[in-house]
Amino acid sequence: MGVKILTEHINVPGINTLETYRKMGGYRSVEKALKTMTPDEVVDEVKKSGLRGRGGAGFPTGMKWSFLAKPEGKPRYLVCNADESEPGTFKDRVLMEKIPHSLIEGMITSSYALGARTSYIYIRGELMFVLRILEKAIAEAYAAGFLGENILGSGYSLDLHVHPGGGAYICGEETALLESLEGKRGNPRNKPPFPAVQGLYACPTVVNNVESIAAVPWIVNNTGEEYAKIGVGRSTGTKLISAGGHLNRPGVYEIELGLPVEEFLFSDEYCGGIWKGREFKAVVAGGSSVPILPAQLFLKTAEGTPRVMTYESLSEGGFVSGTMLGSGGFIAMDDTTCIVRNTWNFARFYHHESCGQCSPCREGTGWMEKILHRIEHGHGHMHDIDLLVNVSKQIEGNTICPLGDAAAWPVASAVRHFREEFEWHVNHPDKATAPGAVYRGAEDLAFA
Amino acid sequence: MAKITFDGIEVEVEDGTTILNAARKIGGDVVPPAMCYYTPLKGSGGKCRACLVKVTAGSAKDPRPMPKLVASCVTPVQDGMVVENTLSPQVLEARKGVVEMLLINHPLDCPVCDQAGECDLQNFSYDHGTSATRFEEERRTFERQDIGPLIQLHMNRCILCYRCVYTADQITDKRVHGVLGRGDASEIGTYIENVIDNDFSGNVIDVCPVGALTDKTFRFKNRVWFTKPVDAHRDCPKCTGKVVLWTRGNDVLRVTARKNEYGEVVDFICNECRFEKKEVADWTIEGPRHIARASVISANHYELPVINPQIIADLPESTTKELNLIPRPY
Repeated sequence: MGVKILTEHINVPGINTLETYRKMGGYRSVEKALKTMTPDEVVDEVKKSGLRGRGGAGFPTGMKWSFLAKPEGKPRYLVCNADESEPGTFKDRVLMEKIPHSLIEGMITSSYALGARTSYIYIRGELMFVLRILEKAIAEAYAAGFLGENILGSGYSLDLHVHPGGGAYICGEETALLESLEGKRGNPRNKPPFPAVQGLYACPTVVNNVESIAAVPWIVNNTGEEYAKIGVGRSTGTKLISAGGHLNRPGVYEIELGLPVEEFLFSDEYCGGIWKGREFKAVVAGGSSVPILPAQLFLKTAEGTPRVMTYESLSEGGFVSGTMLGSGGFIAMDDTTCIVRNTWNFARFYHHESCGQCSPCREGTGWMEKILHRIEHGHGHMHDIDLLVNVSKQIEGNTICPLGDAAAWPVASAVRHFREEFEWHVNHPDKATAPGAVYRGAEDLAFA
Repeated sequence: MAKITFDGIEVEVEDGTTILNAARKIGGDVVPPAMCYYTPLKGSGGKCRACLVKVTAGSAKDPRPMPKLVASCVTPVQDGMVVENTLSPQVLEARKGVVEMLLINHPLDCPVCDQAGECDLQNFSYDHGTSATRFEEERRTFERQDIGPLIQLHMNRCILCYRCVYTADQITDKRVHGVLGRGDASEIGTYIENVIDNDFSGNVIDVCPVGALTDKTFRFKNRVWFTKPVDAHRDCPKCTGKVVLWTRGNDVLRVTARKNEYGEVVDFICNECRFEKKEVADWTIEGPRHIARASVISANHYELPVINPQIIADLPESTTKELNLIPRPY
């Protein structure tokens, strides 16, 4: 049983209320930080912890905080990115729904560290029921004096708002989120300037994921050094993984970083193995935007090293034979999965969600989707497979925001690792388009 | 001041200058193309990705290369930066990709398009595109939209550069149009079919890099290379009144704002100058407008070369002066 930082008390009845949350030791970090620590000391603790952004990019949180500009006469903002909308990722929702005060406590402590007097939780509009839960919890925190003027007599004041987004995936990109929060169309901004210099309302802003912020109270209470002891190397602490797909026990798990992938996938404590004892075919380890990996490359790297659940281990081999931990949206696929159909489905999503601001993403995501639609529906040509790779290369790295990369990587990696499946679709359109048809190598065809 | 090396050429520019503007200081063929960036329009740029360049050294302090290609129009220079544009195969490949993407939904109806001969996309695809497309799917088409008596919106041709939106936002006092929809379904539109009807609305025609917004008073009247552009001005209470008249014989077929060598409007003009003053008598003619020889517009213009005494050293100065006094055929 690994250390639990975020979910230790998640199943305690009534933990969504302030009373129970406080009984379990909640809001201690606010008292400690505001009464005994300077903001810089809190930042230092987070730096020492080695906490990396849990939204997907994995950028060191403490370092991000230290980039925040300190201009005279301008407010600074902390914005929590709760616009979780990556297919396969549903970890933040669980935290906010079950234990909302952990996020609010983290927001107060983090805002104090950053010198923010107003902070926002930008939540995906579809999660209206979670928004209500957060609003209730915030009201409780105000009533108890953890929010508002002169918190706990420390002289520090903070207002916290929850803001529902319009339900666009692109609004999870930090600059598009800020645009949306300002009441504008959710289009990503060109960088530089980065939000740390010019963010919300052109003021210095830090945008952090829910999970990152919820980890801050534990770090303040137990010190950054203690947090850094958990995990492996530069992947410190624990990570929430939302496991889905063909698993015996799908769900949200808090793991210590460094956990062997085999243990995570097959032990009964976590995923419990592949559904119905079927063969493990492929995995998307960090949300739909990361490269897909065949089972054998996921369990062991191309060099034969067993993989562990860390940022470094999963990306070993680069985009040739590695993937990313990303947001922790873990999707396992058994041997009944058609990779072409799956890739088309991902491509449909990114085509639909592209904001349309820059030309490679606007036109390229649609083009890839159309080619994949053709191949999947038995109208593909052999040259379409190379064309897919080529179009994905034209998008990758050439767009304003990472949505272009997110659209390109799953397609390029699917062709790289499962090319013969694409070829089978082109060469045997009649078989490939049969209901439930799946390519199984030598067997050629099987029905789920 | 910051010193940068652009395609092997050193140039010194003010801090905060973008890479594109640093390249424009050098001028010539090394300048990256720009479809959406427009100097007079605040916030423009970064969208079309035509001006992508490779930064092989970020600055003297931090000489690491930038991991991705960057949009030169929105990336400020740093002292000691080294940039590759035409020298980088990666940049040229990306640019080829951008042309291909832009031409996916932009119809090649140049023979019937009023922008032909003045189209940035035409030039861009000529310089960086390929002769064939690999796109087999159905293309995006839009229903025709009436946005008033002066401007024709042809949404099929739009490449969503946002220039017209910024123009309407920053130059006019009444913006009624913007980008609707998302992804490749996004379109320029006036919300619930409004008419674009303010005094400076005609400027959206000038800033459009393709033929998506054209002048209804000029449509199908002539090809641009058959007309003769002359600089002219008038006393206008609303704008500077400095324009280009596009004439054929004694007829003023079109009036536009004056543009610099990068196709950017120098002074935005009002609708009265643009659409209502179509008589030569309305204007004080300044003289012929200089058109780059490479432009198709110069095809039917017979501008006499200016004799440069430094080039023809043997020619007596009196003779060159005399030659330069010969009136131009305008």
